[in-house]
Amino acid sequence: MIRIENLVYTYRHGEDTDVIPALCGVSLSVEKGSFTSVIGRNGSGKSTLAKSINALVLPTEGRVFVEGFDTQDESALWEVRQRVGMVFQNPDNQLVSAVVEDDVAFGPENLGVDPDEIRKRIRFALDSVDMYEHRKMAPHLLSGGQKQRIAIAGVIAMRPDVIIFDEPTAMLDPGGRQEVLDIMHSLNEEGITVVLITHFMEETVKSDRIIIMDNGRIALEGTPVEVFSHPAEIEALGLKLPFAVEVAAGLRRNGIDVPEDILDTEELTQYILQRAARSEPAAVH
Amino acid sequence: MIRDITLGQYYPEYSIIHKLDPRLKIVAILFYIASLFVVKDFCGYLLVMLALGIFISLSKVPLRFILRGLKPIMIIIMFTFLLNMFMTSGEILWQWKFLKITQEGIYNAVFMALRLVFLILGSSMLTLTTKPIKLTDGIESLLKPFKKMGLPTHELAMMMTIALRFIPTLLEETDKIMKAQMARGADFETGSIFRRAKAMVPILVPLFVGAFRIAQDLAMAMEARCYRGGEGRTKLNALKFKRKDAVAALIMAVYFALAILDRVFLEGLDAVLVHLVIK
Repeated sequence: MIRIENLVYTYRHGEDTDVIPALCGVSLSVEKGSFTSVIGRNGSGKSTLAKSINALVLPTEGRVFVEGFDTQDESALWEVRQRVGMVFQNPDNQLVSAVVEDDVAFGPENLGVDPDEIRKRIRFALDSVDMYEHRKMAPHLLSGGQKQRIAIAGVIAMRPDVIIFDEPTAMLDPGGRQEVLDIMHSLNEEGITVVLITHFMEETVKSDRIIIMDNGRIALEGTPVEVFSHPAEIEALGLKLPFAVEVAAGLRRNGIDVPEDILDTEELTQYILQRAARSEPAAVH
Repeated sequence: MIRDITLGQYYPEYSIIHKLDPRLKIVAILFYIASLFVVKDFCGYLLVMLALGIFISLSKVPLRFILRGLKPIMIIIMFTFLLNMFMTSGEILWQWKFLKITQEGIYNAVFMALRLVFLILGSSMLTLTTKPIKLTDGIESLLKPFKKMGLPTHELAMMMTIALRFIPTLLEETDKIMKAQMARGADFETGSIFRRAKAMVPILVPLFVGAFRIAQDLAMAMEARCYRGGEGRTKLNALKFKRKDAVAALIMAVYFALAILDRVFLEGLDAVLVHLVIK
C-alpha cells in the first residue's frame, strides 16, 4: 500500500542558514486496511512524514510509493492525492466553502466527478460521519468536533484508500476528540487504511501498529503491547505511557497479574471490577 | 457580539424570486438601475414603484427589513434633497437672504431623492434574495465571455467564495485578539477618534499574521484535496436557466420597454401637471 524507502527530508529557513534535517532515513511500509499510529514529540518529524505520503512534501533523498505510484513522479501527483486523503489539525483552516455540503463537494469537483455522482457521495460521506442533517449549515456555526467531521467527510467523498490524520484532535475538547477517534476506527473497520499522527499515547492503544518517531528517525516500532513493554525507552523519548498501561504495570509489581493486552482505561476497569467481584466481594461498595 | 454582523444581508425565504437564476437577477437589476435613469417624470416613477412593489411582495421579504437598508444612506438622501431644493434656479417661491426655494427646486429635490431611494431599494433586493455563494456563481458565469481575454474568472470566483467563508473566522479571530489585549489593559472604547484608531493598530498586526497563517493552512488543505484551478472541474450546483427565468426575463423586457415609451411619449407631462397644481 504505502512503502517508504530511506526517506530523507531537509530544509533551510533562508539562503544562508544551515540545513535542518526533518527526516533522516525513515523506512517503513503500511499494510492495506491497517491502522498505524505515528507518535512523537514536537519536531520529531512525524508531520513531515505524513505530508510526504501524499506529495505535499517531496523527499530530498529516498522514495515514497503509494500503490506503486512514486510521489516524485509529477504525472502521478493527482493519482496519489486522490488515493491518500489528509485531515489536518485545525478544523477551521481546512474548510473551503460557507456551506457544509458544498465543502464536501469540493474534492469530487476538483476530480471532475459528475454532479449526480457527487450528490451520492455527499450523502454517503456525511452519513458516515453522522452529519447529514447539518448539510445546509455554515461551518462556523458548528463545534470543533463537528467541523473536523466535515473535514473527514470531505476526504471520504474523494473515495481514498488511505486517510492520514495529522493530529486531528489536537485542537478539540475531550468530547470532540472522542467523536473523531470513533470515526477513525469505524472508517478503518470499513476497509480504509488509517495513518494517525498524534502526540496523545492514549489514542494509539487500539491501533495495529505504533511507530515512535524521534529526531527524524524511527525510535521504536511494533504492536501496542510490544511498544508499551519498553516503558523506560518511551519515557526517555519524552512521551507518556497510557494511563491504563501504567496502572497495570503498578498492579503487576504488587502481585496482581493483569493480562498484557489490557491497554485502555475501560478494559482495565472491567478487569479490576471482575477480579474484585471474584476474590473479595466485601471490598466493592 | 461581533459575530452578529451579517454581510450582504441575505434574507432566507422560499419565494419564486429567491429561486430565480442569479445571472438573470444580476442582469435584471442592472436594467432596473438603467430604467431609473431612463424615466424622467413621475409617471415613470409610478411604473418603477409598481414594478418594485410586485418584486418585493413576490420575494416575501418584509418591507420593514428592506427599508432598514435606507438608514445608512439617509444623510446622502437628505443632502441630495436640500442641495437640489436650494440650488435649482427657476420660479422663486420663497427667499431668505441667499437661500431661495424655487418651484423647479422642489420638483428636482423630490425627484432626485426618490431616484436614490429606488436605487437602494432595488439593488438591496439582489443581495436580500440571493445567497452570496449563488451571487458568486452568477458573476463567474456572467464573466465567462471575458475569460478568453485573460480574465481569471474561476480564480476570482474562488477568491470570493473563500472570502465569504472566512469572514466569520476572521471576525472570531479579531474578537479573540481584542479580548486578549483588553485582558492586559488595552482600551478601545475611550478617547478621541484618533486615539481609538491608534489603539486598533496592535489588533491589525496579529490579525494580518493570523490571516497569512490561515491562508497557508488552507492552501495546503486545498492542494491535498486535488485542487488545481478551474480546469477540468465540475460543479455540484451548476446554474440552469429554467422556464421561470425566461418568464422573468420577458417581464423585465416589457418593463424596460414601458420605461422607454414613458421617456419618449410622456416627457413634459409632469411640467404641465405641476403647473396645474400650483396655478
